[in-house]
Amino acid sequence: MSEPPPVATRQLVKRYGDLVAVDHVDLTVEHGDVYGFLGPNGAGKTTTLRMLLGLIRPTSGSVVLHGRDPLVDGARALDGVAGFVEGPRFYPYLSGRRNLRLLADLDGADASSRIDEVLEIVDLADRAGDRVGGYSHGMRQRLGIAASLLRAPRLLLLDEPATGLDPAGMRDMRQLVKRLAADGITILLSSHLLAEVEELCNRVAIVRRGRIVYEGVLAELLRSAGGGYRLQTSDAERARTLLLNQPGITGVVLDGGELRFQAEPDAVEAATVALGQARIGIRSLVPRTATLEELFLGLTETGAAGEEAAA
Amino acid sequence: MTAVYRWEVAKLLAQKRTYLGLGAAMLVPLVFVLVLVFKAGGPNDIPLGRYIRQTGLATPFVVLFFMSIWAFPLITALVAGDIVAAETHNGTLKTILTRSRERGEIYAGKILAAVTYTVVAVVAMAVVGLVAASSAWGFNDLTSLSGSTVSAAHGLGLLAASLGIYVVPMIGIAAFGLLLSTVTRNSAASVVGTLMWALLMQLLGVLPGTEAIRPYLLGTQFEAWHGFLRTPPDWVPIVRALWVCAFYIALPLAAGYLVFLRRDVAGE
Repeated sequence: MSEPPPVATRQLVKRYGDLVAVDHVDLTVEHGDVYGFLGPNGAGKTTTLRMLLGLIRPTSGSVVLHGRDPLVDGARALDGVAGFVEGPRFYPYLSGRRNLRLLADLDGADASSRIDEVLEIVDLADRAGDRVGGYSHGMRQRLGIAASLLRAPRLLLLDEPATGLDPAGMRDMRQLVKRLAADGITILLSSHLLAEVEELCNRVAIVRRGRIVYEGVLAELLRSAGGGYRLQTSDAERARTLLLNQPGITGVVLDGGELRFQAEPDAVEAATVALGQARIGIRSLVPRTATLEELFLGLTETGAAGEEAAA
Repeated sequence: MTAVYRWEVAKLLAQKRTYLGLGAAMLVPLVFVLVLVFKAGGPNDIPLGRYIRQTGLATPFVVLFFMSIWAFPLITALVAGDIVAAETHNGTLKTILTRSRERGEIYAGKILAAVTYTVVAVVAMAVVGLVAASSAWGFNDLTSLSGSTVSAAHGLGLLAASLGIYVVPMIGIAAFGLLLSTVTRNSAASVVGTLMWALLMQLLGVLPGTEAIRPYLLGTQFEAWHGFLRTPPDWVPIVRALWVCAFYIALPLAAGYLVFLRRDVAGE
């Protein structure tokens, strides 16, 4: 029997009165994924993460982590799971180290033996004796990661880990996440920072108004939205006429001397041969790949205006 | 369970409000003794008040009486009303609820820590009162409420027993504070609400027409210790305090526990 996936939600719903914060969300995070959970603010990312961690009860649907349901199995469902939602919070009147010791004691097992190690990993060893009340935002985020690592997690849930960090802090956070992923930890990372997701994640779910509008492999998403080309030739008009009659070429548009079109790679190859035979010189032919940002905006804004008008 | 309780106590020890409460509990008997050392007269119309200069043993009893009206309820509410609400407010509740402990265990740890603080506050008051008053007036025999003389050693035993029964209604107040702290998620509202509730119980006890319910009010149970100071001991108020308080303790704790187990822990 294959091991159950680290995260599987089925038809997960959370309602607050009339507001549907999470609307029939199906998420599956597989072992080894760095899974990006993307969406604009207020899309329901944090609410979903809260349900995953058992902090709030779903209105309907189910959450299963490594085969266990937090509502049924309680704290045991969080074995091997760690993370934070909406920024990690600590006791400001205790030192960083005392905070970790407290959490390690609540974790039991050998968590307390890892305190020094995790402080080193997040580069907080020299400030561990200071009260958390005096920590900067970035230090608290790093202490949050340290607190998560105490649990030696197989699954790490991180809610906007780089939010509010300065550029150097963001870079460090990304490097840390990469390192943890390389160590074999499955990571579910919510973010509205597209560059972060593009750099770190192999799979993504894009959520809008509580609903998943895309779920799958990031590279496939980018590829599916690509397939466009930009062409500059010695004779744009003749080239346009030729492309319009070329099989497998669609969406031909002439824009300021540059042609844009959609095609599969083999149709593009045939087109370049045809252009050469027609003695039309090719100055440049560039495949156009969509950025995650374009896709994200397309997926999260399409229809939004219409829905608002209807509301 | 031990680890949860130990850390709940450690958190209390790291917070100013804990010392504010304990400090107040110790300051009251100290001020009381100082004033009576320098001024003539005394609280003659309250139990044991007229024997205040006869032995240091009388002071803790007299202060128990004074502090039951609002000081001890306030000291108790200060921590019990805050212990869940502050964690909700600071967001640390979600930090500890995403570790390897069941919610019930965390709540039980908080109950025990609040009870510990309450007991410590009462004992601290008594110890400071006893030491201060004994150094002023000596550690002599005590005159019981029935007028008989009790040896100082026996009087000390009676004080311990009295404190034991006195903390029971205090725990009733703490239980109510914990419930408010859990339900309102607001520390100030819980502290004030708990104090108001304790005052209401006292008020009901002195209003005309409440005689029938008076034995069952929480405020009344603060006088149960009088039973120990009678010869022979009067067990009726003591036994009643135990079972009446059992309700005042169990009902809010059970309600708070159920709310805590099921509630959504989201950002404030």
